[in-house]
Amino acid sequence: MKTGREILLTAIVGFIFMFALPLLLSHYTLTVLTAFAILALSLGFVWGYGGILCFGQAAFYGLGGYAFAVAAINTQMPWLGFLAAILIPAIVAALLGAMMFYGRLSDVYMAVVTLVFTLILFKFMNTTAGEAYRIGSARLGGYNGIPGFPTLTKPWNPTDYLYNESLYYFAFLLLIALYLIVRLILKSPFGRALVGIRENELRAELMGYDVRLLKTVAFTIGGAIAGIAGCIFANWAEIITPNMFSLGQSSEIIIWTIVGGAGTLAGPIIGAGVLGYLKIALGENSGLNNFFIMGIVLIAAVLFLPRGIFPTVQSLLSRVSLGRPRQRISRRRRSRAG
Amino acid sequence: MPGNAVVETQGLSVHFGGVAALDRVSVAIAEKELRCLIGPNGAGKSTFFKCLTGQLKPSEGTVQIRGEDTTGWNPHEIARLGVGIKTQVPSVMNGLTARENIWLAAKRRNTARQADRIVAETLDRLKLGEFAGTEVVRLAHGQRQLVELGIVLAGKPWLILLDEPAAGLTGEEVQRMVEVIREMNTEASLIIVEHDMHFIRSIAKIVTVFHQGRVLIEAPVETVLADQKVRDVYLGRKG
Repeated sequence: MKTGREILLTAIVGFIFMFALPLLLSHYTLTVLTAFAILALSLGFVWGYGGILCFGQAAFYGLGGYAFAVAAINTQMPWLGFLAAILIPAIVAALLGAMMFYGRLSDVYMAVVTLVFTLILFKFMNTTAGEAYRIGSARLGGYNGIPGFPTLTKPWNPTDYLYNESLYYFAFLLLIALYLIVRLILKSPFGRALVGIRENELRAELMGYDVRLLKTVAFTIGGAIAGIAGCIFANWAEIITPNMFSLGQSSEIIIWTIVGGAGTLAGPIIGAGVLGYLKIALGENSGLNNFFIMGIVLIAAVLFLPRGIFPTVQSLLSRVSLGRPRQRISRRRRSRAG
Repeated sequence: MPGNAVVETQGLSVHFGGVAALDRVSVAIAEKELRCLIGPNGAGKSTFFKCLTGQLKPSEGTVQIRGEDTTGWNPHEIARLGVGIKTQVPSVMNGLTARENIWLAAKRRNTARQADRIVAETLDRLKLGEFAGTEVVRLAHGQRQLVELGIVLAGKPWLILLDEPAAGLTGEEVQRMVEVIREMNTEASLIIVEHDMHFIRSIAKIVTVFHQGRVLIEAPVETVLADQKVRDVYLGRKG
């Protein structure tokens, strides 16, 4: 499919969802689900296409939230905070990524390092109660987190805050834009090389690609996107706490991606939306433990939908619309489209 | 040092623990030469090969490629000199199509448009057009070997390193491989590690025989095949 047409189609589908979803759920709920979706998109890119299993995507999500809050409090300019929420996680991801990829860590160690990294941030942020822990005029606040920071406003009117409905539309537009950006990245020579590295790292190296550099760049992009998700979450919750870095948060991102369909971009977004909503719905019911349900969902998905929700639905739809004989062609076409 | 050597190693040694997989090997390969490396299993030829490609760092000694000291370089840096490398087990990108595999190799040193053209040429040259859109994982072994050769060719290398290109090929495919290698040799120097004696006989000129990490003999193929020592350590045992 021609790139221009694909972008247009994706944008149209995105807009339809953006306007249709509020018919089902409140803007308030949808905003946080959108933040989750952006977060899942970041892992969908890093893991599904870069082949980098990052157990600590929550680290960049949390850093995005904290960077936003700290910068917004200090400058009283939330849009600078938005910039910080992209830059700080990206820089940290670049440093951590360079350390891992130039250090030639194997996949298992990489998973452990990224997990430990987010847990260190979790532990550390929990200990930052008290006057001593402050960045400029922003107190880090220990396990209580940072409340009461200025949130995003309409750029043309600094007193008109983005909240509820307007925040939802802003977040969803960001999601559509980021999805398209990632799509374009994957179509670029860089993205194609990245997928090549996922398929065979040695071969990519023997072709002359600097695998360490390309993976570091991919990881950095993933960190920046996760940071944006953290910023949206911060604007939605109007408070940030160390829980953004928690083990629960880290594992949830991976579960969203697996259940939705790793190796696609829409899959993780759908996974985050569906499971994120399930968690919120179950949160109102004290009889069932959330982690218990998430565990069951994950096991069921791995057993019955090993490719994830999105790829399964996709192949069901094409079976219905194309009929059996053409199935193989369509599958091939799809695998090329990713 | 011979002036026209494209690859030259001096005192190359690799130790794994106490074992010397490669023991002070000095070899020089001339421009446009086709050099075969043979030897029994564990003789050190693959270790030597991996030192050339950067997959292994030698414990001692140096590797020079066109006068550049590449000792300890990373594989991608060596590849960027214009060196095409084919590994022992076909190293291809399984989930991608044959076309995409070759495109990625061509794109490294060219614009996207040039890469498209190189891909078309390469597919044509290797008669792979029929499988261009197929995921490599679905191809037969011989076809995968050809795809890997296509990857090597698309990089337009002036030095080509092939590790067991004939392994697992049918007689017909070996013949095709021989043709392709001869053709490559008109533009590039080749270093080939091989087991298959039939294959060696049909293409080799100068052969270096490895034995226990050292060079046993280095001579034209007829001399090597007639040599009693070689027969003892290698051919004799193989029957």
